[in-house]
Amino acid sequence: MATDAMAPATTVATPKSRSELSQQRARAARWFLVPMLIALSIVAGWPLLRSIWFSFTDATLNDLYGAEWIGIGNYLRWQVLESGAVRYRGVLADPDWWNAVWNTVRFAFWSVLWETVLGMIVALVLNAEFRGRGIVRAAILIPWAIPTIVSARMWGWMLNDQFGIINDLGMKLGLLSAPVAWTASADTAMTAVLIVDIWKTTPFMALLILAGLQMIPKDIYEAANIDGVHPVKQFFKITLPLVRPALMVAIIFRVLDALRIFDLIYVLTPNSRSTKTMSVLAQENLFQFNNFAEGSTQSTLLFLIIAIFTILYIWIGRVNFEGGDR
Amino acid sequence: MPATFDYWKLTKTALFYALVVVIVVISVFPFYYAILTSLKSGTDLFRVTYWPTSISFDNFRQVFSQGAFPRNLLNSVFVASLTVILALFLAVTASFALSRVRFRGRSLLLMTILAVSMFPQIAVLAGLFEVIRFLGIYNTPWALIFAYTIFTLPFTVWVLTTFMRDLPIEIEEAAIVDGASPWVIITQVFMPLMWPALVTTGLLAFIAAWNEFLFALTFTVSNETRTVPVAIALLSGGSQYEIPWGIIMAASVVVTVPLVALVLVFQRKIVSGLTAGGVKG
Amino acid sequence: MKMKLLLAGLLTSVTLVGGAAQAAELSIVSGDTGSGLAFLRSQLDRFEAETGHTVTVVPMPSSTTDQFGQYRLWLAAGNSDIDVYQTDVIWAPQLADQFLDLSEAAADVAGNHFPSIIESQTVDGKLVALPAFTDAPALYYRTDLLEKHGKSVPKTWAELETTAMEIMEAERAEGNSEIWGFVFQGNAYEGLTCDALEWVMSNGGGQIVEPDGTISINNDQAAAAIDRAAGWVGTIAPEGVLAYMEEESRGVWQLGNAVFMRNWPYAYALSNGDDSAVKGKFDVAPLPAGDGEGARSAATLGGWNVAVSKYSPDPEAAIELAKFLASEEVQKERAIQQSNLPTIPSLYEDADVLEASPFMENWKAIFEQAVPRPSAPTKTDYNEVSSLFWSAVHDTLSGNGSAAENLEILEADLQDLKGDAW
Repeated sequence: MATDAMAPATTVATPKSRSELSQQRARAARWFLVPMLIALSIVAGWPLLRSIWFSFTDATLNDLYGAEWIGIGNYLRWQVLESGAVRYRGVLADPDWWNAVWNTVRFAFWSVLWETVLGMIVALVLNAEFRGRGIVRAAILIPWAIPTIVSARMWGWMLNDQFGIINDLGMKLGLLSAPVAWTASADTAMTAVLIVDIWKTTPFMALLILAGLQMIPKDIYEAANIDGVHPVKQFFKITLPLVRPALMVAIIFRVLDALRIFDLIYVLTPNSRSTKTMSVLAQENLFQFNNFAEGSTQSTLLFLIIAIFTILYIWIGRVNFEGGDR
Repeated sequence: MPATFDYWKLTKTALFYALVVVIVVISVFPFYYAILTSLKSGTDLFRVTYWPTSISFDNFRQVFSQGAFPRNLLNSVFVASLTVILALFLAVTASFALSRVRFRGRSLLLMTILAVSMFPQIAVLAGLFEVIRFLGIYNTPWALIFAYTIFTLPFTVWVLTTFMRDLPIEIEEAAIVDGASPWVIITQVFMPLMWPALVTTGLLAFIAAWNEFLFALTFTVSNETRTVPVAIALLSGGSQYEIPWGIIMAASVVVTVPLVALVLVFQRKIVSGLTAGGVKG
Repeated sequence: MKMKLLLAGLLTSVTLVGGAAQAAELSIVSGDTGSGLAFLRSQLDRFEAETGHTVTVVPMPSSTTDQFGQYRLWLAAGNSDIDVYQTDVIWAPQLADQFLDLSEAAADVAGNHFPSIIESQTVDGKLVALPAFTDAPALYYRTDLLEKHGKSVPKTWAELETTAMEIMEAERAEGNSEIWGFVFQGNAYEGLTCDALEWVMSNGGGQIVEPDGTISINNDQAAAAIDRAAGWVGTIAPEGVLAYMEEESRGVWQLGNAVFMRNWPYAYALSNGDDSAVKGKFDVAPLPAGDGEGARSAATLGGWNVAVSKYSPDPEAAIELAKFLASEEVQKERAIQQSNLPTIPSLYEDADVLEASPFMENWKAIFEQAVPRPSAPTKTDYNEVSSLFWSAVHDTLSGNGSAAENLEILEADLQDLKGDAW
């Protein structure tokens, strides 16, 4: 029975047994969800709430349990000086914080953009049938497979200005006139981080998009070919809309990860003002400096920023929550 | 006419293969360079070479003699495998509920699950440390499996929900008419169609768990329980300032090879799809 | 007869009970390297044999930032799993609240160590860690190049500048195009605080924050010292020096491309390795002094110490272990086997030590000029103080503002951080 894959639901039984069926399914659904929810709430819920709690106190690591409530003081507080001028303190008034926010947004934008575009290209290539496809698929996963501390060190080594192979190649090919201190110079530090992250994460996007591409039935393309539709048009009219759900999920998770980025910058360009993201700043305040409450405040703000971005994204992209039981 | 057509096709194929080569070279070159470095030692490390000048397996020997590297490898395999199995199990059941069953608060639930992924790892560290000590699983692989499952769950749930949502309703209704319970629907009807999604999320979750460093450093404290990324960080040279590039690269090679093998084994599963006959039924 | 038996029985049982109570299970955490850990284990085996306690070693990654973060977390959680911590010289004062006061227990031995180290580990009269071994950087110089161009070892920074420049230009004229005059650590990290402290202190500019807590950094001599260093970047030191840490500068030096290098003792043995281009062609001297009032040679104090956690279930045994690791015998073994500098002055004249590591003879003079970083006066805020300082210095070195401007801002920031008192 050849049916259109996207046909709406048709009633299968009488109304009375239908509601019984729905109830049974709803009950089963709850059973399926309960284990996961319990696990999530114990292990994820507690630390999250704890961190938010700390941001409203004067906690320090030397006296974590003696923390006292100080309201929104860590977020914003002000002093009126003798001269009448008002001095604002707190995370929201800290230029370092806003610098970190800007760095994070900048990083997230460029990395997700490039990773999506390049990931799409790689996925399309892998979707095609050609000899050696399996090996290529394994090869492109290598950047993602190498542990971050290792790839960060590796690239740090390759980008070294005195014995780095990138500078060597660049000079030999005539692209560079002098060795560039990629990770040290404030101008190029962010570029260096982006290069490494894009190299590392494009396989992740490519694989997810590929899975989406693989689930598109081949007969649609066959039909389009018979109708003489140009391949580029096929891409925009058939492929893109059908791979959209997978693409949207991949992008959401990439954006979330990019906004929280920490590992790579911690190892490749620590202490660089132009690459200090919110997570890096928070870690510094939480564990390196004696500013645990401030670090918790920054983490909570980061969480809020991410939440806002996500809600905006879902609303604008009109990511569909409804489906299945139409 | 036919000659021109062949010429065009030839160019397209050539360009296509050129693209494939570029992709492979860019992906693999840094790794190749790492292998190159792992075969060098001493002052040679500071000299730039593109081809192996001298081959020495000293670094590899050192990797296996320092600390408890083989044990750490086993720990990583154990932790990552269990994390994936647990996450996939919980996610498959959860995503069935979230994608195929209508109930109140479904969207809110999805958003809450997503919210878990919105918190920076570094901030949850202190709180999670408390929970793990409280549960008494500190310094055991279970601490890691627990922590990793929580953080791979949102991702697996969302991906599987998305893919399951797009499965056609007819198959499900046919199964219900045949008297199948939800569990049977999941295992016998949906899962075979979901292989690409399952393998992809499984692989990505495995790699994420394999490579995770921060939690592994904080929640395990002895050589017997530590995993591979921490083991690599523990590799050291003769002094606190010396960074033993050779040994680190050798360790990375040893660590990446099983992952690549895993991908080679499972990559065929990524290729199947709906054409497997589900729709036409 | 019965009385004697009874007494004997009582005594034996008392010693048995006493003996059993004494056998504690301790654990020590150390971020030391491969051979260092092996050495530690061998010494701990001796300790176990002597006292009957058992000690387990918990290894940590070599990144000191990772170690510090982890220790902080454990101590905040009141972790009683670890009894003894091996701490970097700047840590114990920051974690002072979490460590036991060792001044009473170590009263008999504290005087044997270099006073500057004991000073660096004393916070408000409380001795928070015992010295295990120390570290102090030196000026490495190429004996062959100095001889060839008829120069002597520089005693001041000004001399170093001229000598380095002349030799560099002469060598480059001869065709050696890769050579630089001076390499040091100019990256924005703790190491820069060490280098810059030396420049400032050697020019009579103070210690950033004086031992009594006064913020002294904003003065003309300090500014002059940092401005002078900024002048080296691109002239006698490569531009990339702004990204160098210890390994990068050693790399350039070891390939034979530097006339002078400022680095720690670890580079000595490596530079004399068979594959090194400078093998046998170099020596070390104390770092140059500045000019003006209060000018002297200054070397930043490094090194490692042992501290006892206040959450340890066996504090007495733990203190015993700490004292053991800081003792003269262990330090002597360490000097011979690991080439780590001892913290006990008398060991620098010990024949066995000098036979095994002859370079230590030079180091005693260097060591006497050692200057600690202001970790003890600034206590828990030290990391932030250091971060502000190295940022100010790095900005100056990169050409972002003059030293005077950056130091003024630094002073204001430090004052904010200090509040009424550290």
